[in-house]
Amino acid sequence: MNFSSLLQQEVPVAWYLLLSAILFSLGVVGFLIKRNLITVFMSIELMLNAVNLSFVTFAHQWLHCDPLLSQACMLAQPHAVRGQIFVFFVMVVAAAEAAVGLAIIIAVFRTRATLAVDRIDLMKL
Amino acid sequence: MHLILFLIFAAFCLAGAANLLLQSHPINSALSLIVVMTSLAVLYLLLGAEFLAAAQIIVYAGAIMVLFVFVVMLLNAGREDRTRGSRAARAVGLPAVVAILAVLATIILRAQGLGGVALSQGITTTEELSRVLFSELLLPFEVTSVLILIAILGAVALARNDGERPAAK
Amino acid sequence: MNAPLHLLLIPLFPFAGFLLNGILGSRLPRWLVTTVALVAPLCSFALVLNAARGFMGFASPVAAGPYIETCPYPWISVGTLHVAFSFVLDQLSLVMLLVVTGVGFLIHIYSVGYMRDDPGYARFFSYLNLFLFFMTTLVLAGNVLLMFVGWEGVGLASYLLIGFWFQKQTAADAGKKAFIVNRIGDFGFLIGIFLLLANFGTLTFSEIAAKLAVNPAWQGGILTTTALCLLVGATGKSAQLPLYIWLPDAMEGPTPVSALIHAATMVTAGVYMIARTHVLFDHSPFALGVVATVGAATAIFAATIGLVQNDIKRVLAYSTISQLGYMFLGCGVAAYSAAIFHLVTHAFFKALLFLAAGSVIHSMGGEQDLRRMGGLWNKIPITFWTMTAGVFAIAGFWPFAAFYSKDAILFAAFQQGTNGQILWFVGLVTALLTSFYMFRLWYLAFLGKQRSHDAHLHESPWSMLGPLVILAILSVCGGWIGIERFGRFLAPSVGARQAESTIPHLELYLSGAAVAVALLGWFIAYLLYQQKPQRAAQLATALPGSYKLLANKYYVDEFYDAIIVRPLRVFSKYVLGWVVDGAILGGAAWLLAGVATFAGAILQRWQSGNLRSYAAWLAAGAAAVLLFALVPWGTVWPHSVELIQKVAGH
Repeated sequence: MNFSSLLQQEVPVAWYLLLSAILFSLGVVGFLIKRNLITVFMSIELMLNAVNLSFVTFAHQWLHCDPLLSQACMLAQPHAVRGQIFVFFVMVVAAAEAAVGLAIIIAVFRTRATLAVDRIDLMKL
Repeated sequence: MHLILFLIFAAFCLAGAANLLLQSHPINSALSLIVVMTSLAVLYLLLGAEFLAAAQIIVYAGAIMVLFVFVVMLLNAGREDRTRGSRAARAVGLPAVVAILAVLATIILRAQGLGGVALSQGITTTEELSRVLFSELLLPFEVTSVLILIAILGAVALARNDGERPAAK
Repeated sequence: MNAPLHLLLIPLFPFAGFLLNGILGSRLPRWLVTTVALVAPLCSFALVLNAARGFMGFASPVAAGPYIETCPYPWISVGTLHVAFSFVLDQLSLVMLLVVTGVGFLIHIYSVGYMRDDPGYARFFSYLNLFLFFMTTLVLAGNVLLMFVGWEGVGLASYLLIGFWFQKQTAADAGKKAFIVNRIGDFGFLIGIFLLLANFGTLTFSEIAAKLAVNPAWQGGILTTTALCLLVGATGKSAQLPLYIWLPDAMEGPTPVSALIHAATMVTAGVYMIARTHVLFDHSPFALGVVATVGAATAIFAATIGLVQNDIKRVLAYSTISQLGYMFLGCGVAAYSAAIFHLVTHAFFKALLFLAAGSVIHSMGGEQDLRRMGGLWNKIPITFWTMTAGVFAIAGFWPFAAFYSKDAILFAAFQQGTNGQILWFVGLVTALLTSFYMFRLWYLAFLGKQRSHDAHLHESPWSMLGPLVILAILSVCGGWIGIERFGRFLAPSVGARQAESTIPHLELYLSGAAVAVALLGWFIAYLLYQQKPQRAAQLATALPGSYKLLANKYYVDEFYDAIIVRPLRVFSKYVLGWVVDGAILGGAAWLLAGVATFAGAILQRWQSGNLRSYAAWLAAGAAAVLLFALVPWGTVWPHSVELIQKVAGH
């Protein structure tokens, strides 16, 4: 097999999406199972990343579809790059969220002296 | 080759995610997450998003995860205790997750006309990205900078140690 | 009558007085309150006199027709039912209005003196004016519904005035009793109204009369039922058997109230109502018979109780019930004009008697017991002489007023065949008893030895004596108009008098009999109370059983208490109180609250504060939404059915 045929090999978009779905589910499971507050927060980051992957996948799909074949492609193609821009914004927001969230965790730790999720169950700090 | 690359790095993603769940010490979970993020950066590259791959490494793996590791070390978080905190989490939550995954998988696998991804399809350049970002989506861009400013202020305000006030018991 | 008579103003003047004195009375100076209170009935009286002038011009019965004035605003206009605020003035209502406003005005003047020291002065006059408003509405009403409004209203005014000194428990109870017993009668009245509406489709008196006039064949049946229902209402308001029990208790109110409401005007509303709807009664001989029987029975029943009462006002109260029985008797023998004639003369002398009794009580400083009076005739002469005129009038002596009116009734009764003669005899015996107890009162109060040693005895002020004198004059000459002229005057509204009897001079004989029994009653009273005053007490101890029976009013109140009040109380307390209120209503409320609390307690456990639990439910919710939105349920269900069948079939 030569390099060009290797380059032409296609991976179905569905696989990327499936990977994204599985990562997301794993993130939710982590949120439910883990007992350390920071680990729970990390599961949230995992969920966000899974979603980012699906955004990029769709952006790619609409960028490289054939506009003559389907009406949807013709309509979507000019704006397909927004999928990637959206990921950019998600990253920014995730960064901000991580900063603030970790600051909150530090504040909670200061008063509760524990990071166990099950022990932080009162609204009153 | 695309297929092989995809399979390898998808495996890394899944392994990292699984490890995140299975480890009991948060530092291990953080490192697993870094693995996931780096693999995702490669996948982005396979999908033609060069800027995002770089941003993923720089911002996510390089800044956010480092922040996580810092906090874990700062708070000296130890191994998790094996406490049974919530029955609902297992009884209600896990079936829900299974249901979500089932629904999503069914829809994805049944979808028509999705097409495929090939390396030959090219890369979306940073120039294309920024052309849209700084013309049509300029306002959200500026707003996110305000958001980051607010996040900085919030983080500083929440996390600072108030001088003489000792830490609450 | 070409000039407008402004009938609407006749009730409205007293209503304005009620509002003014009621709202502002406590803040106005007393002279202003008095002026407002007196001007209102005076204006009404003036309007009535003006209207009378118009009617008196027409001597012949054909020319004068009723004068109708309708307020332009419609009252009820639903489907086929049209009821308006219509006021009708005909001869009957004119006579009644003259009595109501005229005697009412005199009693207002009297009250100025009687209630002078009472702190509730303004309130009293506002209530009196309110009463006048409702009474004139009742009299002027052109349809049954408006009359019912007035009917209820006078009941309300009566309640307010009987319980005027409401701090006294007995007065408050008496007010309640009056109102409740009236209510029972009003229930009958209401049923009567419904029946009238159902059968005639209209509530206007003239239309009902017209319908009955063109259908002389309608007799008995539903008309009897309607008439009897109306009669129930009349017995409640006019204190006949069996609903008379409130009137003696109503004496708890101030004496002017007793005079105005419970002697002259309100209690006569029942008689007025029967006279108004006389066409209905004429078509139902059975109902007329019932009316006459009730009237005669009440007359003698009340007279027997009045024989042994010791409270001066109680005697007069039972006397009122008895005289009202006479009026019902008159209506029952279709001698409506005679009944109305007696109503008018009774208003004069009964009001006089009550007011004079009030003057006696006032002079005695509040004493009402006859056994503690006596020898007052030279101490309070004007009161004495006016009261004497009243006593002679009610006893039926010639030429005083009641002689003519009572005679007319008894004469008409006698002519009604054998039943009529029985009724006549009952009426005659009642006249004997009436004369006896009135003279008993006269002797005990004014003559004989002075049993009270109160040096405070003084004559009443002229504001009280003036009306007494005027009423005394009316009691003397009120009857001189004669039943023939009176009957002719009233004929257009109540029907013509019956033809004279065939026996010549029958009327003369019957009158002679009446005067004879009156003299007999006087004589017996003289024997028992004046000649040898101990005789009465000896007679009472000689017949202890009947004396106790009469003194305790035949135990009627106790009887009602046992069969009605007590079961009602038990029912209220146990059935309605415990079962309905406690178990059912309380239980329902408890159940609702319990469900809410219980559900809350269960749901409360959801709010644990546990982060993982919340996350789990979040995930569950998200899963549910996804499932609901993304799964094409329309096609899934048949598929799953097939699947199940396939699996089961394996």
